Amino acid sequence: MESFKRLTGLVAPIDRSNVDTDAIIPKQFLKSIKRTGFGPNLFDEWRYLDHGEPDMDNSQRPVNPDFVLNLPRYQGATILLARENFGSGSSREHAPWALLDYGFRVIIAPSFADIFFNNCFINGILPITLDELAVDRLFADVALNEGYTLTVDLETQTISLPNGDTMNYKVDVFRRHCLLHGLDDIALTLQYIKEIKAYERRRRVEAPWLFPEEGL
Amino acid sequence: MGAKTLYDKLWDAHVVRENDDGICLIYIDRHLIHEVTSPQAFEGLRLAERSPWRREANLAVPDHNVPTTDRSQGIADPVSRLQVETLDKNCAEFGITEFKMDDPRQGIVHVIGPEEGATLPGMTVVCGDSHTSTHGALGALAHGIGTSEVEHVLATQCLIQKKSKNMLVSVDGDLGHGISAKDIVLAIIGEIGTAGGTGYAIEFGGSAIEALSVEGRMTVCNMAIEAGARAGMVAVDDKTTEYVRGRPYAPKGDVWEQAVTAWKKLHSDVEARFDRVIQLDASKIAPQVTWGTTPEMVVPVGGRVPNPEDEGNVVKREGMQRALRYMGLQAGTPIGEIALDKIFIGSCTNSRIEDLRVAADVVRGRKVATSVKQALIVPGSGLIKRQAEQEGLDKVFMEAGFEWREPGCSMCLAMNADRLEAGERCASTSNRNFEGRQGHGGRTHLVSPAMAAAAAVTGHFVDVRALL
Repeated sequence: MESFKRLTGLVAPIDRSNVDTDAIIPKQFLKSIKRTGFGPNLFDEWRYLDHGEPDMDNSQRPVNPDFVLNLPRYQGATILLARENFGSGSSREHAPWALLDYGFRVIIAPSFADIFFNNCFINGILPITLDELAVDRLFADVALNEGYTLTVDLETQTISLPNGDTMNYKVDVFRRHCLLHGLDDIALTLQYIKEIKAYERRRRVEAPWLFPEEGL
Repeated sequence: MGAKTLYDKLWDAHVVRENDDGICLIYIDRHLIHEVTSPQAFEGLRLAERSPWRREANLAVPDHNVPTTDRSQGIADPVSRLQVETLDKNCAEFGITEFKMDDPRQGIVHVIGPEEGATLPGMTVVCGDSHTSTHGALGALAHGIGTSEVEHVLATQCLIQKKSKNMLVSVDGDLGHGISAKDIVLAIIGEIGTAGGTGYAIEFGGSAIEALSVEGRMTVCNMAIEAGARAGMVAVDDKTTEYVRGRPYAPKGDVWEQAVTAWKKLHSDVEARFDRVIQLDASKIAPQVTWGTTPEMVVPVGGRVPNPEDEGNVVKREGMQRALRYMGLQAGTPIGEIALDKIFIGSCTNSRIEDLRVAADVVRGRKVATSVKQALIVPGSGLIKRQAEQEGLDKVFMEAGFEWREPGCSMCLAMNADRLEAGERCASTSNRNFEGRQGHGGRTHLVSPAMAAAAAVTGHFVDVRALL
């Protein structure tokens, strides 16, 4: 995973609540057995006027000119501004993969769905929860100012606005540490092999039905 | 030691280590695998030259991409076929037990776990699928994970987690005739909203939940995620142990007795404290129908499509307006006037034997309305299909004009060939009515199996109680 320390980037707004992972990346693209290449199909049903399938040349498809990410002013955005319960529904990690592949490194919203929130951190995307008033203000600012950028700093847990104002946010100590250093969860867990083995020894005695001799 | 909730007990029993900041390493007893969210995880293992920590803790089955029609020719779509073949190859390479597409035990992963006794009370159960919450019906701690976590569990048998808060949803009183577990859970989501359970593990309790069969409890827990909670669960009682007894992977002999003794403690202590408690009166729950594009957009069948103008919150109001446009509905329309193009009875929410029995009771002696283009019955597993055929349910459905299919996820998310065309309206027993979920431009109304069957034979929504 790529580390994240500080980012100054263009902000794109998705002004609707309950944006689910089916909308972020529709199911037909989940048939891929790779982790990459999902960016062109991010928000596929909203972004294009036709129905997308995995084998299509996306550059030849008719785009929906009204969809926010297709507007010229939001090209190159790296920060996504969203509404409540972003990322609800399916646990598909293809959703953060698609957002990352498209170029987003930060998502700001009043609330996130649990599984999606966790999947973001694992993939080097920083999901930031701000209160609704702060999010409302950012939506208003973005609408009024073309080329609106924010600077997101994970060391200081602050967002700097173009006018000099700052907003504070909080990230779990552990998740912040992993993101700052780009740490791989599996390697971290494997530092505790002894503890895992000790746990298994204890459980084999307490709950032998969980460790059947014949296995599955 | 203070009083504990069921969730506290399950959590505490699985903590391998805890950091100062509350982040824990949690041991996973059972890992269920399907073809969609696992290929990149196996690839990750290969790249890092790691092998599964405990092979026998894993069970795999293809379900999302499998055809529900004749399987003797394999899968027509090459992309779907490759994904299923990739699962077969990965399971063979890493020595993981898999019920392949032609195995009589094949089915939807959340149906076969409990059916095989691979899900047991007191276990931690995970799967790269959000509807893993289903397994909590057996008094297990079960939730969905992403693909990186699938790899993490394969490699370490653990997950890095922070404990959720405790919520109790207590449903008390007697459920009316014709009202089912699906109506209970839709009513709960209508009450607390799709984010009401975010950050919580939900225990479903109260006399109406106790009165449900274990299958009914699975339906309720299945949709905990639609209320935002990763995990839903129900305390263990005699029904739970009777359900598990004798299943292929359930413990036997002395170990069975030992297990049952331990499982009897899997309930919240009387004094246990919950961070949030929701109470519902079961006797007031009517058959539920969703009208919009999130499961919280739900009303009783006797109601009308709501008017966005009555909603004070701007973001919510716009969400309702967008949903009405997508669904092609007018505010104020009586639910009973909504006509259907397709009917889907299936999915990890409602494809178990009792769901099929209830639907067959409504259908028996009736015909699918001529205005309905297609009505599908997709059993949750090969064993359920066989059981239903032994009971003659397949004939009831086929004589009425339903198609009797092979098991799989099917039109719940339309990754195989079963789907809605743009603009088609479906009464579905599945769990998500999101835009495009059942097919690009498709319009989904979530209902119980009885309500879907009633809609099939009348061509529009109707209070199933009038047909019973």
